Amino acid sequence: MSTLTRPAKAATDSPARRPSPRRGGRRGAYKGPLFMLPFLLGFLATYVVPIGYAFSQSLHEKKSSGLGFGPTRVVYTGFANFASVLADSAFWASMGRTLLFGAAQITVMLGIALLLALLLDGVAARAVRFFRAALLIPYVIPAVVSTLMWLFLYSPTGSPLLDLAERAGAEISFFGGVNTYLSLGNLLTWQGIGFNMILISASLQALPRELYEAARLDGAREWRIAWSIKIPNITGILVLTGMFSLISRLQLFGEPLIMRQIAPESINTDFTPMMEIYDKAFKVGDYQYAAAESLVLAVVTGILAHVFYRATNRKMS
Amino acid sequence: MSSVASGGGVRPSRRAVVLTTGLLVVFLLYSLAPTWFLIVSATKNQTDLYSTFGLWFSTNHLGDNLHDIATYHDGVFLRWLGNSVLYSTLGAAGSTLISLAAGYGLSKFDFRGRGAFFAVIVGASLLPSTLLAFPLYLVFSEIGLTNTIWSVLIPYFINPFGVYLGKVYADSSVPTELMEAARIDGAGDLRVFASIALPLMRTGGITIFMLEFINIWNNFFLPLFMLNGERTFPVTLGLYSWLQQAQTARDMNTLVLTGSLLSIVPLAIFMFTLQKYWRSGILMGSLK
Repeated sequence: MSTLTRPAKAATDSPARRPSPRRGGRRGAYKGPLFMLPFLLGFLATYVVPIGYAFSQSLHEKKSSGLGFGPTRVVYTGFANFASVLADSAFWASMGRTLLFGAAQITVMLGIALLLALLLDGVAARAVRFFRAALLIPYVIPAVVSTLMWLFLYSPTGSPLLDLAERAGAEISFFGGVNTYLSLGNLLTWQGIGFNMILISASLQALPRELYEAARLDGAREWRIAWSIKIPNITGILVLTGMFSLISRLQLFGEPLIMRQIAPESINTDFTPMMEIYDKAFKVGDYQYAAAESLVLAVVTGILAHVFYRATNRKMS
Repeated sequence: MSSVASGGGVRPSRRAVVLTTGLLVVFLLYSLAPTWFLIVSATKNQTDLYSTFGLWFSTNHLGDNLHDIATYHDGVFLRWLGNSVLYSTLGAAGSTLISLAAGYGLSKFDFRGRGAFFAVIVGASLLPSTLLAFPLYLVFSEIGLTNTIWSVLIPYFINPFGVYLGKVYADSSVPTELMEAARIDGAGDLRVFASIALPLMRTGGITIFMLEFINIWNNFFLPLFMLNGERTFPVTLGLYSWLQQAQTARDMNTLVLTGSLLSIVPLAIFMFTLQKYWRSGILMGSLK
């Protein structure tokens, strides 16, 4: 906590303080927005204008005159790009693949995080701090670096995992078919366990002890208390973290892009929607189509967030 | 989990303790092993990397690797590290100041459309920044800003979630009575903000700074979209470009591995210094 000066603290504690409607009138009318001005200008420049510009771009198409060798012109084509995106089965396939994969991976990740949080809930306090810190290390490692680390562990040459498997007489590959998904899923799970465990731990700690003290005196075993009392009382945080994870999976980009470096035949350029957008923009050079795809993805994300928001709000109230 | 846990009562059975500890240790190893692999690998040369067991040391070549990495391409890696420090520090400082000011304005003044502003900010903080990268690229390339440090810094400055946190901290730590008192003493609004509100919001400021610093240090896709000259890369993008080269030109794996380890060090130092704010920061960041 910060070291507040004593009078300030006293004032903070005073019950009369509230968001000050009396600050209104002429004083606040322009002063509030004035303090917000740097942010508002920046917001305009980095949110509103780009989204608007991307939208106007997406209403155009690049057309080349002559037999495809002449100079290209950008012409207005209305919603043609959007119609193509909506009918683009590869784009929707990448979205479906990402969501399905995300749902499976998040279930495993949250399951393990929940298990660890429950286990830590029953261990001595000193051990808890140590385990928490250690399990959080993967979270603090930059995603690019953790992808590189696992890439070397998955690589056909020099991987200690393959060494160990070979010694055990097994021949495995980390890419190809379902293994690609398992490898990517393992990476994301590894990154996310500690962070989700902290969140679940925090909401477990917030539960009043009396909730299960009685059950314990009645002789209920720990696993029974966990299953019938602890878990039902923290479904809110599970749904919430699951929802945010799923939305972030929809934007999956860096990890599969980097993995593609050693497994290009397993991870296509349209493996995830963001990879498809990146490819369309910078490899194919079709900015207009990529802009339309970005906006469709943004809308799908927004709808998903909204649906989840409504659902969880109902659940938690 | 076990059916033998007899006796009931509060004390867990010996078997339950063993099982609990065992499971925790398994996941502990799972969490730490890849980082351990990275540390071990950074001490190996190219031959040992492929011919010796990955989870244990061989002859120590860490010095050679560090020398290689510092000299390769005129020390471009050190430049990348410097760029990352620059982007993270400037980006986080700028966004913290802008967020605190906006959060203060939103919290302490009543004005038309305040609720709408707040709703937009909450909505925007839910929008994944990945989605903005390409629209931003379109605009910035139109005005010739791509491939400059501003093309990454300007978007870093604008952090709706930071504004949200700024408002929360202003609500809870800046007493309106104190502002009134200062005004009666003749202080102007800017002075009230700078010398009374800002110091009181210090904890919030550090939390916003820390979250943003880590975000920027880890960021990959915005620089990937915006920058194409090696000299402006942050370390994440630099490592990726090395990995790409490794597929086509010389085998750069020792450099990639040693560089990866080095790229964590400044971040680790930063978080160690601010560890007081670390946990509350995570819990706050999770709201995003």
